[in-house]
Amino acid sequence: MKHDSPRSSSIRIIGLGNELRGDDGVGLLAVRRLRQAIGDRAEVIETEMAGVELIGLMEGARVAILIDAVQSKQSPGIIHRLDASTGPIAVTVVPHSSHAIGLSEVLELARVIGVLPPRVIVYGIEAGNLETGQALSAPVAHAVEKVVEQVIQECGACHA
Amino acid sequence: MGQANPEGEKITRTIAVGAIARVEGEGALRVTVQDGIVQDVQLKIFEPPRFFEAFLQGRHYNDVPDIVARICGICPVAYQMSAVHALEQIFGLRVEGSLRDLRRLLYCGEWIESHALHVYMLQAPDFLGYDSAIAMAKDHAAIVTRGLRLKKAGNAIMTLLGGRSVHPVSVKVGGFSRVPSRQEVESLREELLWARDAAVETVHWIASFEFPDFAPDYIYVALRHPDEYPCNEGQIAASNGLQISVNEFEHHFAEHQVAYSYALHCSLQGSPYLVGPVARLSLNQDHLTPLARQVLVDLRIALPLRNPFHGIIARAVEILYALEESLRLIERYEPPPMAAAPVAVRPGIGMACTEAPRGILYHRYEVNGDGVIREAKIVPPTSQNQSRIEQDLRLFMPRLLPLPDYDVARECERVIRCYDPCISCATHFLNLEIKREGSA
Repeated sequence: MKHDSPRSSSIRIIGLGNELRGDDGVGLLAVRRLRQAIGDRAEVIETEMAGVELIGLMEGARVAILIDAVQSKQSPGIIHRLDASTGPIAVTVVPHSSHAIGLSEVLELARVIGVLPPRVIVYGIEAGNLETGQALSAPVAHAVEKVVEQVIQECGACHA
Repeated sequence: MGQANPEGEKITRTIAVGAIARVEGEGALRVTVQDGIVQDVQLKIFEPPRFFEAFLQGRHYNDVPDIVARICGICPVAYQMSAVHALEQIFGLRVEGSLRDLRRLLYCGEWIESHALHVYMLQAPDFLGYDSAIAMAKDHAAIVTRGLRLKKAGNAIMTLLGGRSVHPVSVKVGGFSRVPSRQEVESLREELLWARDAAVETVHWIASFEFPDFAPDYIYVALRHPDEYPCNEGQIAASNGLQISVNEFEHHFAEHQVAYSYALHCSLQGSPYLVGPVARLSLNQDHLTPLARQVLVDLRIALPLRNPFHGIIARAVEILYALEESLRLIERYEPPPMAAAPVAVRPGIGMACTEAPRGILYHRYEVNGDGVIREAKIVPPTSQNQSRIEQDLRLFMPRLLPLPDYDVARECERVIRCYDPCISCATHFLNLEIKREGSA
């Protein structure tokens, strides 16, 4: 897990995934690009496991933007923007963790105990190839550029 | 399923759990019942560390801690510890003093994190009548918040010593790649003091649960160390009197394949046995810390524990133990002169067993003169408990049979969760399939 600064930023961008499993690494790769592009306008975090740990990573932020690979039987590289601020999201996140609790459940748990940031946006990028040891597939690599642009705009809107 | 055949012929009732919920990893259960009698119980496990054993062949010994840490996101420290101790045995190296303490502190962090997750998120909902931690949190937000903070206290130790909280990267043969300053270690203290009090509250909370009446006859297996609650070192002890060195493990414990599972089953001289917190606590109560000992007295919890549902008590007591022990280790910490002892590579075979959160984890490596791994063998705790889980399900099933299949499946999942199986280690999730044969 890499933190760019103490957990004080009001906007926190969290990339999730496992870069050893092909397109599952897209969230991590996207936030690495964002780290350079976004400067000190947001705190950027990479994490490999989206268990209950994610609650701690989001805690105290005004806005949390999560980027992860998803699977919904659509074409690889499609970007889903899901607003979890006021209610549950329906999303099948790539099972980079086989452990007990998924992203949407973690968000709901945070909401129930009252620590979900007021604004939570999930960018889910449709995964194609999840083979171990593979690089990002071409459509997902292309989606990284687009999601980076969208998140920069999202941050701009949050600052406004 | 389960209908009587109008012509009185034998029919089969099959109860199947297609995906066991709230366990680490993916597995399934199939139970066959004929004429009201349980014929067969098969716990199926899908993704084994066998591949890791193959991945390790041909790799340099230095790569081993980072590779084995990837076997499990919940207990990476256990894999690293068994690996480095086995390799250090080959190289004739003993890690002592502050480095030994740091390893123990790191392991305490993993126990706290893993046990808090299981106690609060995975198993407590079973006792309080909820389907999930989220449902439980709606009524018990303060308790769930306490559990999450406890887990985070364990994470903090792992992040400081391991470089990060998941798949630590600092462990190496001979010690660490980096050791913390006294001030860094000291920074953990305040939160661990809070966590120690929270752990006492946790044991009291759990002791108030109602437990099913169930007491199978167990052979417990855990490490025993003359001076301390076991963690990285000790002999292998069993409740049947066996006490052997780790090097003798394979003479007494045998792995065998079953057709329906990717995990190897393990037996002790032909019998199923139990590893993990219940076994560890029952065999090592003389090495508990003062508060852990006191809470057992105050709550009149008698050892040895005999009921698998009491596993949650054992885990809570071990959280408390690990916090007291962490605070003790922090108190006396002085940074070691070197982050790692120098390694003199020599060929050989080495074995080690350490106490993963779920029980003993055995590793054996053969290394050549260049420090390259020729062979690796890994026996995770969930493989060792697999036969015992099946046996306990057979014993518990008769009281469940009057229930409809859906309820049988749910109850079976509860039994399975008692062992906190890490199916990812042994091999994500349980599928229950109950096959009922006959008219009952």
